[in-house]
Amino acid sequence: MTAVAGAPPEAPAPAPRKRPPGRRGRLVPYWLLLPGILWLLVFFVMPMVYQASTSVQTGSLEEGFEVTWHFRTYWDAVADYWPQFLRSVLYAGSATVLCLLLGYPLAYLIAFRAGRWRNVLLVLVIAPFFTSFLIRTLAWKTILADSGPVVGALGALHVLDVTSWLGMTAGDRVLATPLAVVCGLTYNFLPFMILPLYTSLERIDGRLHEAAGDLYATPSETFRKVTFPLSMPGVVSGTLLTFIPASGDYVNADLLGSTDTRMIGNVVQTQFLRILDYPTAAALSFLLMAAILVMVTFYIRRSGTEDLV
Amino acid sequence: MTTDRGGDVRLSGISKTYGSFTAVHPLDLTVPQGSFFALLGASGCGKTTTLRMIAGLEEPTAGTVSLGGRDVTALPPYKRPVNTVFQSYALFPHLDVFENVAFGLRRRGIKSVKKQVGEMLDLVQLGEQARRKPHQLSGGQQQRVAVARALINHPEVLLLDEPLGALDLKLRRQMQLELKRIQTEVGITFVHVTHDQEEAMTMADTVAVMNAGRVEQLGAPADLYENPRTTFVANFLGTSNLIEAKVETASGDDLVVEAAGQRLTLPAARCAAPAAAGGAVLLGVRPEKISLTPADDADRVPAGRNRVTGRITAGSFLGVSTQYVVDCPACPEFEVYVQNIDRDPRLVPGAEVVLHWDPAHSFGLDAAQDIDAGVETAGADEEVAAR
Repeated sequence: MTAVAGAPPEAPAPAPRKRPPGRRGRLVPYWLLLPGILWLLVFFVMPMVYQASTSVQTGSLEEGFEVTWHFRTYWDAVADYWPQFLRSVLYAGSATVLCLLLGYPLAYLIAFRAGRWRNVLLVLVIAPFFTSFLIRTLAWKTILADSGPVVGALGALHVLDVTSWLGMTAGDRVLATPLAVVCGLTYNFLPFMILPLYTSLERIDGRLHEAAGDLYATPSETFRKVTFPLSMPGVVSGTLLTFIPASGDYVNADLLGSTDTRMIGNVVQTQFLRILDYPTAAALSFLLMAAILVMVTFYIRRSGTEDLV
Repeated sequence: MTTDRGGDVRLSGISKTYGSFTAVHPLDLTVPQGSFFALLGASGCGKTTTLRMIAGLEEPTAGTVSLGGRDVTALPPYKRPVNTVFQSYALFPHLDVFENVAFGLRRRGIKSVKKQVGEMLDLVQLGEQARRKPHQLSGGQQQRVAVARALINHPEVLLLDEPLGALDLKLRRQMQLELKRIQTEVGITFVHVTHDQEEAMTMADTVAVMNAGRVEQLGAPADLYENPRTTFVANFLGTSNLIEAKVETASGDDLVVEAAGQRLTLPAARCAAPAAAGGAVLLGVRPEKISLTPADDADRVPAGRNRVTGRITAGSFLGVSTQYVVDCPACPEFEVYVQNIDRDPRLVPGAEVVLHWDPAHSFGLDAAQDIDAGVETAGADEEVAAR
């Protein structure tokens, strides 16, 4: 816009930029939010409401279900299935700890030592996603097969004696035992641990390591006092991303476990699809969600990550 | 370990190569205990690498580092009685100011740190900020935390890697004086790396000018400024007018040289190059040593002074002084700084002038060097600093 001095005065041209945002302008953010909100309404809030109402219904498939505010379903679900609840927390917790122990060194290596191999290693971390979850889990059936080399080696090294004594395996078998389920969970959720860990480690300024060394910290002290505390955001998000889906998972327990390793996910699946007891299935889902919410809240409070920059 | 006030930092034949690139050529350097020593040079000259080799953060390709007579070449950083103030401070973001400062003490197993940390924070005037996190502090405050964090360990040597580079000019001046005050107060050896020649000259007792992995010259700031021994030092440290000249007579205390038909004299003692009659030499003189007289008054110039004639091409008024650029046959861009005591209205661009100075203010350099060495590097570096 170039103004020519002395030009005859014309009707003031509208200056769209300078005009205070009108009603339409003020609504723009809401228009942008709309698709997401609609999606959440249709695919999250409505199913939730539907499930909530299902969980307090009574009846049968033949006679139909009716909302009777039957909260006893929740109590019965806890009374009947607390072992599966406990098992879910235990297996998912073990898998999370294993993921952390396996994933942290790997993420550390990729972030600080991999050099030009960094991107290759990152691709390898997510490479398993190129095949289906189901196929990968089925592959573990072969890996852990009774006559396979893994079980043979573990037996020869007397590892199975120890794990059997701990109740994690049964005799010479690994398949259809808690160990197999935990192995499957660990394998399937490992990338969800490694990626956030890598991201938070990679963000750490290398000069902080030098500064710690300069201030008399041995390499192990540098790790404990500087690297690990600074990677806490990654540890917290990694453990959450592993623990939450693992505790609701049923595929691993289904394919690699037995009736003695059923997790809460398996119960929900059976109730919904085989027994067709929808209220119990819905109540179990809500109980799992509540349990996870309580545990996660407690965990985040304890880890104090809000204190980090 | 740190109670032993051993003394000197001694680098013997130390060098560093990365593949085929030599960052530091074999170097011998001794920093006396208690001195404020500056390594000055443009970026990429090897000064930071040298500093990091003293800290143990970089392993020398050859040579040894010894502190107070003890060879520390093989020691990892955490075993050396040396602390560093890093260029970007490298404060621990998850720890507050108090814990940052206490870090070194705690690593050495000292339990009661409260009193020491308190005293150190008072020394750097940060007592009020003890419970703040680094990101809540200003640049100058962060810089002081970095100094306190290093000094509290009473290292034998404190290494400073361009610690003022991130601060604005005014704050930098203030911190220069403050660092100098702290150094005088605690008496620890400071080794300071900087590309800012003014900073080096303000703070250090001894300055080593580095160029392309070598120490060009080492000495007290005034000595380096007055008696540069290479064109790089002459140009990098302040400004020098260098005139290509031919030696006429080289007998006695003075050298008589000839440049563009004019006869100039310089003290033989201030000539860094061997000069024989008929040989070439570079005659240098600093811009502030020169007086300007309009050509009309040429006969009023006292006898015995070196004189050169020329025409003013530019003049810029800077308040305290006026900087002129004079085109002379001997030197096309002769720089002259004239103090603004009585300004002569005839000294304007286009005016014919006589430049004259005391022959004792001239110095001589080896003519077989790049006459512009250090000019561009200094300019490029200022650009980097300004960005």
